[in-house]
Amino acid sequence: MPFSLPSLPYSYNALAARGMCQETLELHHGKHHQAYVTALNGLIESKGLQGKTLEQIVAEAGRQGADGLPVLNQAGQHWNHCLFWQVMSPDGGGDKLPGHLASKINQDFGGLAQFKEAFKQAGVTQFGSGWAWLIVAPDGKLRVTKTPNGANPISTGEGTPILGCDVWEHSYYLDFRNRRPDYLQNFLDWLVNWEAVATFLQQGGMKTGQSA
Amino acid sequence: MTIAFDRRSLLRGAAGLATAWAAPRAARAQAAPPAGPFSLPPLPYPPSANEPHIDTQTMEIHHGRHHAAYVSNLNAALRDHAQLARLPLPDLLARLGEAPEAVRTALRNNGGGHANHSMFWEIMGGRGGAPSGELAEAIQRDLGGFDRMKADFNAAGLRVFGSGWVFVTVDRGGRLAIVTRPNQDTPLMEGGRVLMGNDVWEHAYYLKYQNRRADYLAAWWNVVNWEKVAARYAAAKAGTLGV
Ligand SMILES: [Fe+2]
Ligand SMILES: [Fe+2]
Repeated sequence: MPFSLPSLPYSYNALAARGMCQETLELHHGKHHQAYVTALNGLIESKGLQGKTLEQIVAEAGRQGADGLPVLNQAGQHWNHCLFWQVMSPDGGGDKLPGHLASKINQDFGGLAQFKEAFKQAGVTQFGSGWAWLIVAPDGKLRVTKTPNGANPISTGEGTPILGCDVWEHSYYLDFRNRRPDYLQNFLDWLVNWEAVATFLQQGGMKTGQSA
Repeated sequence: MTIAFDRRSLLRGAAGLATAWAAPRAARAQAAPPAGPFSLPPLPYPPSANEPHIDTQTMEIHHGRHHAAYVSNLNAALRDHAQLARLPLPDLLARLGEAPEAVRTALRNNGGGHANHSMFWEIMGGRGGAPSGELAEAIQRDLGGFDRMKADFNAAGLRVFGSGWVFVTVDRGGRLAIVTRPNQDTPLMEGGRVLMGNDVWEHAYYLKYQNRRADYLAAWWNVVNWEKVAARYAAAKAGTLGV
């Protein structure tokens, strides 16, 4: 099958001490993400996706609006989770950001604290399932945004995501129950892999290297 | 599949919950958010009433935290809108287009959440089984019978991508239909009426069923209270059904 589940860059229990327990990661990666991959593979032929990269598929499905949703739901979620695993780390969080990322955040948000507040606000106000994002907008500025369900800033055309946080309830229900704000705060303070975010900033985003 | 919670997450979860439960009472006493016009209806049965199909903890959090938040956010959105605040909830939801843009989304999400969950608690707490009488006849006529209704309802619930609801709607003539809505939208927003519905937000089933929404949908029929659903059906035909 063309699309595949990438292995986690850390063990299933690696984030347990930082607010994301083993059960959450096993289900989230092994069941939820796997289900999106399986469903997407099932759409390749009927939707004529052969030969396209995952990034192309997401962008095109986004441009098709409601008609593109069946593909976007699965392709977007495959892409989103690929990024999500990369931007967390057992050594994540803290306030020591790689220099160029730190200065860009200072420049565009006024400081790390202001960025965190904006990002948390985006996640809290995404009603229902969705994602909070840090993106590089077309004008080169960093911005915070949010998208529902399987959409992302590639599908909406808003910009290039370099950090994403899943706010579907399956991301946090075992660890935080209904307390989404606490989950987002924990993600920012303890989980974000700033090195990875800095790399995506430098490289113009994440390329999954996967295609149909 | 059973989930073996490790000691750490179990402890953290318990501690987190204890804090979460204690906080709102204290906050309510101090900050005094608007007490109305809407209020959280008490569960019409103990939170354990739907065991083993829906676990006690899920019922407690779902009612005491999620639904309570919709009610308090709804009241907050209505604080400066006395005219709107006087409307019964079905009317408020049917006339969202007339609400000021600044509060329209808040009213839609939280008013919908309040209506949907109020209906949800009312029609559960039962022992499943099958509908009877006039309602069973309507199900036969409009939905192809009870087995077919369950299969179609479950399939529709499974197809909802992300948060949402699956409903059976009923009109003044007693006609039934299966529909889905995203997030906390409801057919009340088009002036329709809901006979019954199931919540397919992950918070409704994640503690017990995790990713297995299909299992949750199948098990849920075991807690439906058909007397309550029949009473709603009669009310719909009489034109007195609310949320
Ligand atoms: Fe997810
Ligand atoms: Fe709910």
